Amino acid sequence: MTLHRGLATWGEKLVPLADFRRASAKTGQRLSAAERAAAVRDYAAPLPDATPVEGPWSRIAVFGGVYNNHYGLSALLEDAARRGAEAVYCLGDLGGFGPNPEKVWPLLVQGSVRTIQGNYEESLASGREDCNCGYTDPRDNHFAGISYGYTARQCSPEFKAWMGRLPKRRRVRVGDRELLLIHGSPRRINEFLFASTSPVPFLEALLDQHSCDGLLCTHTGLHWHRRLPSGRDVVSAGVIGRPANDGTTQVWYALLEARDEGLAVELVPLVYDHRALAAEMLQEGLPEEFVETILSGWWTTCLEILPARERAASRF
Amino acid sequence: MSAPLTEKTLPLAAPRVELRTLDTLWFQVAGTVCNLACTHCFVSCSPTNHTHEMMTLAEVRRHLADAATLGVREYYFTGGEPFLNPEMESILEETLKVGPATVLTNGLLLDPARCARLKALAGGSEYSLDLRVSLDGWDAATNDPIRGTGTFDRILEGVRHLAQAGLNPVLTVTEVWRESGSDSGKEKFFALLRSLGVDRPRLKVLPVFQIGAEAERAGAYESWQRLRAGDAPEDGWDHLQCSSCRMVTDQGVWVCPILINEPSAKMGEALVDTLGPFSLNHPACWTCHAFGVSCKT
Repeated sequence: MTLHRGLATWGEKLVPLADFRRASAKTGQRLSAAERAAAVRDYAAPLPDATPVEGPWSRIAVFGGVYNNHYGLSALLEDAARRGAEAVYCLGDLGGFGPNPEKVWPLLVQGSVRTIQGNYEESLASGREDCNCGYTDPRDNHFAGISYGYTARQCSPEFKAWMGRLPKRRRVRVGDRELLLIHGSPRRINEFLFASTSPVPFLEALLDQHSCDGLLCTHTGLHWHRRLPSGRDVVSAGVIGRPANDGTTQVWYALLEARDEGLAVELVPLVYDHRALAAEMLQEGLPEEFVETILSGWWTTCLEILPARERAASRF
Repeated sequence: MSAPLTEKTLPLAAPRVELRTLDTLWFQVAGTVCNLACTHCFVSCSPTNHTHEMMTLAEVRRHLADAATLGVREYYFTGGEPFLNPEMESILEETLKVGPATVLTNGLLLDPARCARLKALAGGSEYSLDLRVSLDGWDAATNDPIRGTGTFDRILEGVRHLAQAGLNPVLTVTEVWRESGSDSGKEKFFALLRSLGVDRPRLKVLPVFQIGAEAERAGAYESWQRLRAGDAPEDGWDHLQCSSCRMVTDQGVWVCPILINEPSAKMGEALVDTLGPFSLNHPACWTCHAFGVSCKT
C-alpha cells in the first residue's frame, strides 16, 4: 500500500501535497459574477421549436403505451367520450406486449386520436432491428425483443408508413396553458421520466428550456403528476396497454381540463376486458410472463430499469 | 512530474466534448480518504491519502443550490468511503429533498443501525436512494487480494444488513478478473446476492482504469490509448458521461469522477464555471469511449 503522508497522487506519481494543491488552484475557470450569470443564461436558453399549437381545448384526454391492447383502446375511447373530452391524444408506443397490432389502427383513425411517435413507431417505421426502449438488462432486452419481433412481423408496411408520418411532438393549448406532448422527454424519445428520478429543479429547467406550461409524457409506463412550484404541471399520463405494476388490472390515462383557477389534472383508472386480452395473447403464443402481468397487475419484465423507489413498490 | 498533457504536446489534437446537459452531479464526499486501500483504485484512495479532503455539509449545500439552478437531475456520492464522513447521513437527508441520490460504498460501515437509518431516509423522500456496494470477487480468494484481507466477509455482512433493512443494493464489480463481466461471472454474483437475502440482485460491472493504484498493479496506459478528433462517432460524444456530468471535490469542480487526481481535469471553482467543453486528452477518456463506460448505475 502506498503511504501518502504529506503526498498526493498526481496521475501515476506521488508529489508533495502542496504541489498538487497549487496546480489545482491554478487550473480551471473562475468566472466573474457577470460572466457566471451569462453562462447560466446561455446554458438555460430556451430552444427554438416551430411545432404548431393545437386547440385551444377546454378538456382533453391523454394516454400512451397502447402496446397492441385494442381492448384497452376501445375502453379508453368510450370513457373519454363519456367524460366529455373534446380531443384525444396518444403519446405513442402503439405496439409491443399485446396481440394483433393491426387492430389498434382503425380504432385510432375512427376515434380521431391525435397521435405522436413513440420509440416503437420510430423503430418500426425506420426498420430498426430493436424497439430502442432503452433497457440495459439482458433479461429485459430478451422480452423486449420478443415483443418487438412479433409486432414488426404483424404490422403491414402501410401501418408502419403511417406511423412514420406521425409527428414526434405536439403543442396543445388547454385554456390558457400551452402543453408540450412528447413520448419520453423533450430531449430524447426513449428517456425515462420516473417520478422518483425527475426532481422538481430538473423539471422546472426542462420546461423553461422547452417553453411550455406543462409537459405530458408516457415512456415509463407509470402514471404520476407533479405540480411544480412555478405552477406548471408535469404529467406522466400512464399507459392503457398494461397495468401500472400496482397489483390491479386497471390501466391509466390523464384528463386535463381548463378551469378558472388553472389547469386541472386528473389521473383516471380504466377498467377493460383484460381477460379477453389475456386469452388473445395466449392464442397468439405470446410469453406467459406477459399474460401474467395482464392478469395480476404486476410487471414481470422491464423491471431492471425501475429506480429504487419504484422497484421497492414492485412485487418482483 | 510529467509534462502536463495539452493539445500542444500531443501529436494530434484531442477532441472536445461539449456539456450537453448537466444531469449528473458527483460529490467526492469523502475525498480520497478510505478505510481500504484497494490495489486497483484508480484514484489511489487509502487511509493516508488526503489529495482531496472530506466535504462538509455546508460545502455540499452550496453546490446543491447551484445544481438546482442548473436543473441537475441526480446526485452521486463517492470517495474514498462516504460513510467515513461524519456528516454523510445529514448530507443525504439534505440531498434527498432536492433529488435522487446514490452512494458508492465499500460496505464496511453498514451496521444494522445505519442501514435502518438509511431505510428511513429512503422512505422519507419522494426521490430514490440507491446504495452501491463494491466487491471484486465471488469469494475471499478472488476479492481479498484486491480489496484487502478479510474484506470479503465484512462486505457480505454489510450487504446482508442492507437486505435485512429492506434496501436493495447494487453490487459494483470491476473487471479485475476477466470472468467478472461474463455471463457466468455475473451469475456467480447474482447467486451470492441471493444467498444474502437480496431477492432482486442488481449488478454494475465496470472496466478498470489503468491509472492510480491500478497502474501500479496491472500496468499503465500505452501511448496509443488516446482519443483523436477522427475518433468521434457519427452522433457525437453524447455516450461519454462528461457530456452530462461534473464532479465536485473540496478543491473545486472536475470534469468527471475518474480524473480527480489530474489537476488539468479541474474545470472551475463553482459548477457555473464548468459549463464549457472539455478536451478528451487523457488516456482514461479512451477507456470511457472504447468500453462505453459510465460510472452511473
